[in-house]
Amino acid sequence: MAIHNREAFLDNLAEQLGRTRRTKVESPVYSVHPQERVFQDATQGELVEKLEEQCKVIHTSFTSTKLETLGETLRTVLNDYGVTKVVGAAGPRNDATHLSTVYAELQSEGYDIHLWDENKGRENVTFAEQAGAGIVFSDITLAESGTVTLFNDRYNGRSISLLPETFIAIVPKSTLVPRMTQASQLIHEEEKKGNPVSSCVSFVTGPSNSADIEMNLIVGVHGPVKATYILVDDL
Amino acid sequence: MSIKIGQKSYGDRIQDGLSNSFMRKAVSGAQGRFRSGRLKAAEELGDWEDWRTLGEEIRSHTMENLDYYLHQLSEQVENRGGTVFFAKTAEEANEYIQEIAKKKQAKKVVKSKSMVTEEIGLNKALEKSGCEVVESDLGEWILQLDEDPPSHIVTPALHKNKEQIRETFMKKKGYTGSDDPVELAAYAREQLRQDFLEADIGVTGCNFAVAESGAITLVTNEGNARMVTSLPDTQISVMGMERIVPTWEDLEVVVSLLTRAAVGQKLTSYITALTGTRLEDEVDGPEDFHLVIVDNGRSKILGTEFQSALHCIRCAACINACPVYRHVGGHSYGSIYPGPIGAVLTPLLDGYEDHKDLPYASTLCAACTEACPVKIPLHEHLIRHREIIVEREKMTTKAEKMMMMGFAKWASTPAAYKLSTKMARTTLKPWTKDEYIEKGPGPMKGWTEQRDFPAPSKERFRDWYRQREQRSDH
Repeated sequence: MAIHNREAFLDNLAEQLGRTRRTKVESPVYSVHPQERVFQDATQGELVEKLEEQCKVIHTSFTSTKLETLGETLRTVLNDYGVTKVVGAAGPRNDATHLSTVYAELQSEGYDIHLWDENKGRENVTFAEQAGAGIVFSDITLAESGTVTLFNDRYNGRSISLLPETFIAIVPKSTLVPRMTQASQLIHEEEKKGNPVSSCVSFVTGPSNSADIEMNLIVGVHGPVKATYILVDDL
Repeated sequence: MSIKIGQKSYGDRIQDGLSNSFMRKAVSGAQGRFRSGRLKAAEELGDWEDWRTLGEEIRSHTMENLDYYLHQLSEQVENRGGTVFFAKTAEEANEYIQEIAKKKQAKKVVKSKSMVTEEIGLNKALEKSGCEVVESDLGEWILQLDEDPPSHIVTPALHKNKEQIRETFMKKKGYTGSDDPVELAAYAREQLRQDFLEADIGVTGCNFAVAESGAITLVTNEGNARMVTSLPDTQISVMGMERIVPTWEDLEVVVSLLTRAAVGQKLTSYITALTGTRLEDEVDGPEDFHLVIVDNGRSKILGTEFQSALHCIRCAACINACPVYRHVGGHSYGSIYPGPIGAVLTPLLDGYEDHKDLPYASTLCAACTEACPVKIPLHEHLIRHREIIVEREKMTTKAEKMMMMGFAKWASTPAAYKLSTKMARTTLKPWTKDEYIEKGPGPMKGWTEQRDFPAPSKERFRDWYRQREQRSDH
């Protein structure tokens, strides 16, 4: 950890700007705030509709369920994809949503389930690379763009949502906000309070894609080929 | 590679572009789609002009206080376990990165798409140090295999067709499949997956750094940036010093502008914000993180009339709107930054000597300025470049200088002016057909090679005016 060549570099910038170095800058008040107007009066129900609509644009399946039927829905989704090897995020949310029980049941039925475990080190990554599906929880869900926000951490490794062919996000309805504005405001407020942001924040909007060959849209170039959001009515 | 691409003259590059019919069709088709995507996205949002105003205000504020925000950024990166290197020149940046590769005894480096590493020629520097460097963005991978420079900021391999790509894969990788884009991409996925897993170092660019938290943000659709930053143990991110925003709230605005202005997406598939090294209890992500902040000529633009060129967020909206780019394609600019922003930025970063023609690669129609999501007055910058080239740099050719002197003499001599305007129609008659000149003589030749020139009118303006005055006297 170090910082190299900083002072001369920044002194030069200040000189080019025709002043001395600034050590304090007041946050500016911008003249317009269009970002706050998007879906500002939408109800949670309307945001769900927007999300579902946007999923069609981003090549992502959308299904909704109640908390008590989440296990059943997940089983159906895995079945439809024909996936038996699954990597999932760990942590207290699995217990709160009874997914822990569902995973245990699936395991006893012959599914190969691996929950992210910091004690197993790179083994987690190796498993994720071979898994057919990765399952994570959305921390903040952006209705406008159909984006799930993942605060990657010890329970939710970066590879879970990246390496398997299918990406499954469990979206608690309570995490829905209009757009990225609200997610970034939250992170900004936490930063101001001294709560540092996660080492990796992933805004994921559907599967991986590219239009690099003659502008043909191709899904799944590096990351997941297929994506499903399961909205859970947890309110 | 550096900012300058190839050794051909501007004229030869233009001719190459004009005679490449596949590229011209691909570029005009892509322009149409990108442009309508941008307009549709702007319309959906409803108050696009307010968004542009906000974008401009954020970028202006950031540039005015760049020293402060870069200081804040470096503090935060260090707090989160990273190392920051401020590089005044391309050489300094490359040497620092070579040093890391040496320390790590790195054999393989995977990269996600980055304009600034192209600009500083990092791949060559790393290869010199004995590393294999793999570009992992699909378009960039194709170009790397073909040893070809990018021609567009957002879709670098736009100028290549699928048959050419298949041939490259066959020659360089032993590919045996078809030219179906899906099959070609699946092959690339399979090849690159292995590279990601084997790599010792991941190199990324930086769309925007966030000063308040020390995050480096990468905006991609393919997810290769996530691969590059999740799997290797060492991550090096290289950023042009202006690619920074003060807060997460500002980040959100410029990202929204970027994705909409580029291709009309609300957000790309992946927007990844990475802060320092992985935490103690985390398994994936880098254990060693370096941020290299590059000046390489940018600071010379600060405090000048061109400062707003540093506001650019690399969305390529100006390129997608430009009628000149549409006809000649990206390689004609001879710079890794093509289109209107390239014509503004390249002479600023690399001097006028090699790039004095670029400000003339514009019709000055202002479509670029109108398209720019952060309101950079691109066509005004191009006009100013032209003034500087003529007045300060005195870079016009002798023939042009003599012609302009002749013009001045002629236009300020009433008798000569009167005689030649009277004679013009008669003199040009042999070349005139249906009131147009298709193949003009002498100095008109260059013009009429590209388009017809209207024949001088039967009646001179002065005669018409005099008669009109006489009529109104009665």
